[in-house]
Parts: sequence; structure tokens; C-alpha cells
Amino acid sequence: MQGLAKSYGDRPVLRDLALEVAWGQRFVLFGGNGSGKTTLMKCLAGLARPDAGSIAIAGLEGQRQGAELRRCLGVVSHQPLLYEDLTGAENLRFYGRMYGVPELESRIALVGEQLKATRYLSARVRTLSHGMKKRLSLARALLHDPPVLLLDEPESGLDQEALELMDALLQSSEQARTVLMTTHNLERGLALADQAGILAGGRIAYQASTASLEATEFRRRFRRYLEVAP
Amino acid sequence: MRDFLRPIFVLAWKDVLLELRTKDVVTTVLMFALLSMVTFNFAFSPSPDVVALVTPGILWVAFTFAGILGFNRAFALEKENGNLEGLLLCPVSRDVIYFGKLAGIFTFMAVMEALLVPFFAILYNLPVLDPKLLVVAALATLGFSGVGALFSAIAVNTRSREIMLPVLLLPVASPVVIAAVEATRAILDGASWGDVGRWLQLLTAFDVIFLILSAFVFGAVLEE
Repeated sequence: MQGLAKSYGDRPVLRDLALEVAWGQRFVLFGGNGSGKTTLMKCLAGLARPDAGSIAIAGLEGQRQGAELRRCLGVVSHQPLLYEDLTGAENLRFYGRMYGVPELESRIALVGEQLKATRYLSARVRTLSHGMKKRLSLARALLHDPPVLLLDEPESGLDQEALELMDALLQSSEQARTVLMTTHNLERGLALADQAGILAGGRIAYQASTASLEATEFRRRFRRYLEVAP
Repeated sequence: MRDFLRPIFVLAWKDVLLELRTKDVVTTVLMFALLSMVTFNFAFSPSPDVVALVTPGILWVAFTFAGILGFNRAFALEKENGNLEGLLLCPVSRDVIYFGKLAGIFTFMAVMEALLVPFFAILYNLPVLDPKLLVVAALATLGFSGVGALFSAIAVNTRSREIMLPVLLLPVASPVVIAAVEATRAILDGASWGDVGRWLQLLTAFDVIFLILSAFVFGAVLEE
């Protein structure tokens, strides 16, 4: 993305933001509350229109090739995006059909198994706990096997088992995906990331490869950017 | 064409399935419409002259307000759990989402009308088994549902959507309601196809114009 800007009223949230994530890499973005992480994710997912700038994902431009671009994306947001009065399987079936997923039933069984959510599939979403809904939300995002994942604080509400399953899925070399994830959890984020960045003042204020990054140094920088961010 | 129609059907079926599960709207709307018809029946003496004059209005007032109750629900359930975002993330164009919601609303209204018309016919002793009436109902319901789908998408983002929807919808949909009432009156008076032709033309023109306009505008309405 290049020169991305987005304001709500007269409050700028993203300012001339530029970011490039290499194919197959996991980029974890940190930022304080209100730093624009969710707005950035919404712009990337096509849910919010940026005021300026351009976005290209997997060679597809957001403005012109929206539908094709959305097919490449698996998105986990703060809300589960599930219908409360349908069962988990019915929700996945609905989204699978909307995405035109081939051999849908076996795909539902597979993602259900991967996230150990099979036993929740026959229950109405309304009856499930927040963590169970989050697992189903992850299953929904992975159902069409997207090459790019946008995960906005995906760990909230997940128990330890689900966190480990998610980490294993994200780090699996068999299903290498490009991942852009936001989180408040520095330890988990840095452990997952190939690249880490800090969003502050509407821009990527700092970016580094985790291979050459000391966790304590990153934490120090993160605190400093939180203090100076407008 | 199949790629365009398939997600429309999937989306409409999802709405039907949700309604079959909860029966929220059907129960409320049917009760409202039945009560309206019964109340009007007590409000005047149902002599043949009076019946011919007022029943088309009663029928379409019941359909219109019952429809508005249903429209309110159509997008409200998409707001729960951020489902509207889920729809917008699907790799389909915005007009597919519009036509999918329209198909769900149309199905709901058609079922409601099919259940209410026999009751109406018995209550007012009217001959309603006329193919002309079926065509009028289909065209009017399509136009009303089309505008309703658009305005319920607009109203759902407002704080008082139950009030906002009729305020926005009724002025725009009034040509459909007027044409439907006039055509129904003519048909119940024994008019021929030729006699109701101009009303059918008006309904068809409204449907074509508003379905195209609504599908075009819908994408902008959904943008944040």
C-alpha cells in the first residue's frame, strides 16, 4: 500500500501510510488503542474506502478488482461475522457457497478438524461461548483457503489450545500464507512474525525483521512510540 | 449468468432459513396484517358498494405496513455480529448483495400475501382468484420490495431505524401503492386486461427504473 490516508470527520487516523509485505511473510503490527490498526485492516479488506492512496494485494488493485481481491482474503475481525440463529455448519456452508468453495462439505470438515471445532458445528451460534465463536470465525476465514490472511487481534477470547492451533496453522509450511496481523500481545506477536511493525501517528513508525530484532529493544521502542504518538 | 444468480439464491435462502428458525417476522407481521383487516371490517358497514370502494385500500395498507415491519428486520439481522461486513467481504459485487436481499424480502412478502389474501377474501366476500390480481400483486410487491431493500439498508445505520424507514420509504414507494390500489379496485370491479393495462405499465416502469437505480446506489449506501 502507498500513501494511504483515512480520516473520520476532521480526525486523521492514517496519514500517508506505506507498507509492503513480501509474499509468504507474516507481518505483525503493533499499536496503541486508537492508533488505526482496525481502520487499516478495514481499508485492506475493502470495508472502508481510503481518502487517498492505493492498495494492491496479490497483484490485484482494491479499487478496480475488488471482488477478485476479496476472494484472496481471509479476514478475522473483532466481531465473529456469524449468524446467531444458524448452526456453525450452516454458517460455514453459507459463506462457502458465497465464495464458491468446491467440495464444500469436506472442506468444512477439514477446517473444523484443524481448529478442533467439529463438535460446535451442529450447535446454533447463539448457544456458543465467545471463544467457540472465535474458533468458528477463524474457520470461516480459512474455509476458502485464502492466500492472504488479515487478522485483527485474533487471539482475543481464544483459550490456550485454540491459540496453539492458530499459531500452528499460521506457521505451517504446507499452507504458507501471507499474514498481516494486529495484536497487543508483544511476546506472541514477535514469536509469530517474520516482520514486525509499530503503527503510531497514522504511519508505520518502525519496521524490522524479527530475525534481527531483540524483544526488549522492540518493547522499548514500542513504549516510546506510544508516548510520542499524537 | 450462473455466477451472478447463484450467490443471489444463496443469500435469499439464508434469509429464508433464518426466518424459518426464528419465525420472528412472520408471526409479528401476520398478526399485524390480520388485526388491520379485522379492525377495518368493524370500522364500517361492509355493504357491497362500500366493500368495492375501500377494500383495495385496506388490502394494500395491510401489505404495506406489514412489509415495512419485515424490511426493518431484513438488515437488522445483518448488523448483529457484524454480518454485514461478512457479506461485504464475499467475492461478489454489491448489486448481487442487493438482489439477494431483495429476493429474500420478495419471498417473505409473497408468502405473507399468499397467507393473507384467502383470509381477506373470506372476510369481505370478494373474488380474488383472478390472474390479473396475481400479476398486479407480483409487480407491486417486486417494486415495493426493491425500494424497501434499499431504504432498509440506509435506515439500519440510523439510530431510530424503525421510524426512519417508513419516513424514507413511503414517499418513494407511493406510486407503487397507488397503482396497486387502483389496479386492484378495477380488477375487483370486473375490469379486463385492457382496463388495467395502464396501471400494469406504471408498475412495470416503476419496477424497472427503481430496481436499476437501487442496485446502482446500493454499493454507495453500504460504504462506511
